[in-house]
Amino acid sequence: MAEVILSGLTKSFGATKALSDVSLTIPDGAFVVLLGPTGAGKTTTLRLIAGLDRPDAGDIRIGGHSVKAETPAQRDVAMVFQQYSLYPHLTVRDNLAFPLRSPMIAMPEDQIAKRVQEVAEVLRIPHKLDNKATALSGGEMQRVSIGRALVRQPRIYLMDEPLSSLDAKLRADLRIELKRIHAELGATFLYVTHDQIEAMTMATHVGVLDHGRLVQYGSPREIYENPVSAYVASRLGQPRINLLPADLFGPAPAGATQIGLRPEHIHVGEGAPATIRRVEHLGDQTRLHLTLGVHEIITLTNPHTPLKPGDSLHIRPQNPLWFDASGNRIQGPTP
Amino acid sequence: MSAYSVTEPSRASKWLAGILVVAYAFITLLPLVWIISTGFKSGPDSISYPPKVIFDPSLEGYVNLFTTRTRIAAEDFAALPPPETWYDEVVREDGMVIAGPSRFGERFLNSVIIGFGSTFLSIVLGTLAAYAFSRFKVPLKDDLLFFILSTRMMPPIAVAIPIYLMYRELGLSDTHLGMILLYTGVNISLAVWLLKGFIDEIPREYEEAALIDGYTRFQAFRKVVLPQAATGIASTAIFCLIFAWNEYAFAVLLTSGNAQTAPPFIPTIIGVGGQDWPAVAAGATLFLLPVMIFTILLRKHLLRGITFGAVRK
Repeated sequence: MAEVILSGLTKSFGATKALSDVSLTIPDGAFVVLLGPTGAGKTTTLRLIAGLDRPDAGDIRIGGHSVKAETPAQRDVAMVFQQYSLYPHLTVRDNLAFPLRSPMIAMPEDQIAKRVQEVAEVLRIPHKLDNKATALSGGEMQRVSIGRALVRQPRIYLMDEPLSSLDAKLRADLRIELKRIHAELGATFLYVTHDQIEAMTMATHVGVLDHGRLVQYGSPREIYENPVSAYVASRLGQPRINLLPADLFGPAPAGATQIGLRPEHIHVGEGAPATIRRVEHLGDQTRLHLTLGVHEIITLTNPHTPLKPGDSLHIRPQNPLWFDASGNRIQGPTP
Repeated sequence: MSAYSVTEPSRASKWLAGILVVAYAFITLLPLVWIISTGFKSGPDSISYPPKVIFDPSLEGYVNLFTTRTRIAAEDFAALPPPETWYDEVVREDGMVIAGPSRFGERFLNSVIIGFGSTFLSIVLGTLAAYAFSRFKVPLKDDLLFFILSTRMMPPIAVAIPIYLMYRELGLSDTHLGMILLYTGVNISLAVWLLKGFIDEIPREYEEAALIDGYTRFQAFRKVVLPQAATGIASTAIFCLIFAWNEYAFAVLLTSGNAQTAPPFIPTIIGVGGQDWPAVAAGATLFLLPVMIFTILLRKHLLRGITFGAVRK
């Protein structure tokens, strides 16, 4: 396990700038989640740390020394790819044993057998060990590829949306399992996801990437409550933050053009009149889709609400977030 | 069930397809049957007209193929001790005795050395080159690939004279090494192009996973790429071997004694009183065997191999 420091990391592919000047410290034992839409540079960051691509500029330090000149094998990192990484000509057992048989580790076979069995049990695939890798379902394949990382104790685990192809139940189980591994081994993780629950529940740190730039880095709570921009604010939160014209509810702080309202920022009972267009009962929560003038607003209400479409209610902002014309946050008082 | 189905062919078309396949197989196999059966005929049976389909089988052709024989004077022949072996007996029935072994054995061995040697070399070099073209940034990659392919754009025999002169100067004429290099040179473009297609189909992620799992680039190539390219390597090897094995023109031109392969040798088998057809047919039959065995051994890989790229699993 080790601290990983990225400094000034820049990478272009042809004319496309994939990463520009990304600096980030992943403390030893941290679980860092990278958020951002497709093309933001999340996977590129993982590949640069793994050594699969070379940065155009900047440095990567793992455990105190620069690894820029090292091969992927020398860096001692484990990576779970989003897809395609099981060796199709090998059995599940040999796939899991593959990293342990490498010249870098060269573990004795009896220890390999033990380790493979342990990991297979964690991932609930011990009965599949002698299957060909290609004879597995998608979810099983992904579990094996996570297992191939877990058999090792690398300095950092790099995971590229490892749970995205799994069903909801298994995803929840593995989320807990990864968190347990993180807690028990004190392992360092850099984890890419689109999933807000994964980010909020597993991360000790969240980094938000936008077009190859790291726009904010902090605890999940900080990112959620104190986003630096409208872009960051819209990365986290289900339902998403409502971004509306700043003066919709009255005067706005100087320079503000947008008001950002998370569901909990909407106080019901007084203020502007809004009409309920749709009510979504999700079981544990109920979403209200409102219209206020020409604008749509989504908010939450208690699960057993008697409200129905066509009803009207009054809403006003409560501790909203303000953003200027370019989307940057403005620290302002509630008018 | 409807009368017409998109996926299931009708009975009539199944029958038609079956008849066509059987007819085609019959036409293709007829020359083979002819050659193999002629090898077991006696001299007169082999040239009888109309051709004999039912005949007394004889090993005369095979004995003649492997031996040289002489006719000796009648009184000497009568004075000979009884024949010691079955092949002595076969030869004596024609009133001759065995003078020594023929050169067929060593010609056949030459074919094996040159055919398999050049196939091996083409595959090793072709796989490495194809891997490099598939995975690395090679300057002028497209031009180089076209250049490699362009060596196939004219019949190799068109450059026979320059090669003949070159080989004479370099001392490569009539050597095994010379023939191996020549056939490798002809086959390598085919090997690079075929193998590049196969290697392109293997996702890079496998090697990247292996690199991260602690393997070097070459180990990843050996443990991850090669096993998955087995299909392509097998079918490419068969194509290379078939060319090198059957090649006739260069073999006639460039070899005479030392490194002569079987194709130019077989037609020169002459019996007493003219062409010894059973011996020629026996030679051709034996000559067919290695490629046939090689293909049968690799057929498991071949089926997906020749249709590569057509269907992605």
